Amino acid sequence: MTTAVSETGSPPEGQVRRPGLLTRARRSFDTHWYAWAMVLPVVVVLTVLVGYPLGRGIYLSFTDANEANIGRTIGVNHIPSTYEFVGLDNYWKVLSGQEGHFYSRLTWTVVWTASCVFLHYTIGLGLALLLNRRMRFRSLYRVLLILPWAVPAFVATFSWRLIFNEKYGVLNAFLAKLGAGPVDWLGDETLQKLSAVAVNVWLGVPFMMVAILGGLQSIPAELHEAAEMDGATPWQRFRHVTLPGLRPVSGTVILLGVIWTFNMFQVIYLLIGQGASSESEILVTYSYRLAFQGVRDYAGSATYGILILSLLLVFAVFYRRMLSRQESVR
Amino acid sequence: MSAMSPGTTGPAKSRPRGERSRGVSVALHTALIVASLVSVFPVLFVVFVSLRGRDGWQEPTKFVGFELSNYTHILNNTEFLTWFGNSVIIALGATVLGVLVAATAGYAVSRMRFPGHRPLMWTFLVVQMFPMAVLIVPLYNILGRLELLDSYTGLILTYCSISVPFCAWMLKGYFDTIPAEIDEAGRVDGLSPFGTFWRLILPLARPGLAVTGFYSFITAWGEVAFATQFMSSEKHYTLAVGLQTFVGQQKAEWGLMTAAAVLITVPAGLVFFLAQKHLVAGLTAGGTKG
Repeated sequence: MTTAVSETGSPPEGQVRRPGLLTRARRSFDTHWYAWAMVLPVVVVLTVLVGYPLGRGIYLSFTDANEANIGRTIGVNHIPSTYEFVGLDNYWKVLSGQEGHFYSRLTWTVVWTASCVFLHYTIGLGLALLLNRRMRFRSLYRVLLILPWAVPAFVATFSWRLIFNEKYGVLNAFLAKLGAGPVDWLGDETLQKLSAVAVNVWLGVPFMMVAILGGLQSIPAELHEAAEMDGATPWQRFRHVTLPGLRPVSGTVILLGVIWTFNMFQVIYLLIGQGASSESEILVTYSYRLAFQGVRDYAGSATYGILILSLLLVFAVFYRRMLSRQESVR
Repeated sequence: MSAMSPGTTGPAKSRPRGERSRGVSVALHTALIVASLVSVFPVLFVVFVSLRGRDGWQEPTKFVGFELSNYTHILNNTEFLTWFGNSVIIALGATVLGVLVAATAGYAVSRMRFPGHRPLMWTFLVVQMFPMAVLIVPLYNILGRLELLDSYTGLILTYCSISVPFCAWMLKGYFDTIPAEIDEAGRVDGLSPFGTFWRLILPLARPGLAVTGFYSFITAWGEVAFATQFMSSEKHYTLAVGLQTFVGQQKAEWGLMTAAAVLITVPAGLVFFLAQKHLVAGLTAGGTKG
């Protein structure tokens, strides 16, 4: 905090020497106490429900805690914890590739996120551009296209599993009519991944579409008219009027999209199944499986969780910086 | 923008602005019809299968044997209604708690510049980035020690960790759209900061509160990971957990699953369509104005 002392026409308080730390703290409290009182409930809730578990998660990732050595109560007997502090061991094991397939999973997670968000955004933008014109049945199209958003994700995922079913699925029934053999959509590794992306794209496009449509409508029509008067082609208008006008909306929805998709648990977990090891798992579902299947490896799961969080944080910081740099260039 | 002299005329146009040729119109409608079909088909298909009786799903291309047996079966012979009630209680609890706690903070962050303002905004954003994988193990252990596993309270508290930062973020965006002059008028008329918030801003923000609440309700309604691990007895399952029991490793009661899916989606979908217009505005508003 700076105590502003203006050089010309100093206010009466300017006479006073720079106040002591305690006085300044009190003065700051006097001006801001109601703001602090208003945020207090949230701070308490966040500390208890997020801060403390996060701290414990970080701690667990430095230990070798698992189901067998963690403190628990069976009936009336309380068994104390016996896990030990192992330092950076877990991180070393994961990052050096000794344990599991961190890098292959990371690659797939990044590919999954990038392809989903790319498709969400481009399809959403395309549909929004189409819907932004004056035409018949516009509101009908809008309702129909938003429909996937209204379906809870777990319901939608189960429905798609039924559609993808190898033996009785409707997709293969159509293919059979066309003379193609049955395809094991959810069995084969590559097809599994493609199916998962398809389901997630189906689920996510409506949000992008509605958000971008809102952005499109906030671009003043005069800008387009002016560009048209100046002889800009439709492509030039799109490139130099529409896209820059969408930038604030795009920035937010892409950031949200990346975070949501990176952490998208339901689609992968419910579509590909809780079955044995599969290469189509993303980091989040793998971490979940570590914690709750077989011998519960709490430490390993916590390590993965912290790594995921760090990756997202780094991304968010760079992304925001990139956006603000673009902003200042303009 | 290219600087052209005012005298230059643009390319000659045969149509007035805003009109389009027949070919373009056909292409436009075709594209939209195809997209609509893709988006509607799975939903209609599920409704269709649910009306086909218990084994109808094995013949997905036949249009015979319509009956309501799937619906009567899940309503009478399964715990579906219990799960439905559980989901409603838990989602409502998380929503009410989340909105109540978050409202004042959203207002403070929107109107006042105080030390800790920026870190708090960052926290709201960062916490939304938390993968459930970070919190699920510690929360599981902590709730286990407090004997709150397999209870409504435990799951409601867990969902608050998701809904509170989210609600605060959304509400901040909404409060930003209410002109600050209203606050000033209230202050001039002698209201305290709390009075301004409580008697002027909250009533004005009712649509925002509704949308925020609705969104956190839907999030809790569809949450799978926490519910699957934390609720272990069938009596306490939420819908997301219960639905998994229809289609497990051994059995595949797709007929029942689809009927349940329809019953889950209809109420959520109806409310959704009422709220969706405001939803995106709230979501993106918080982000664009840091």
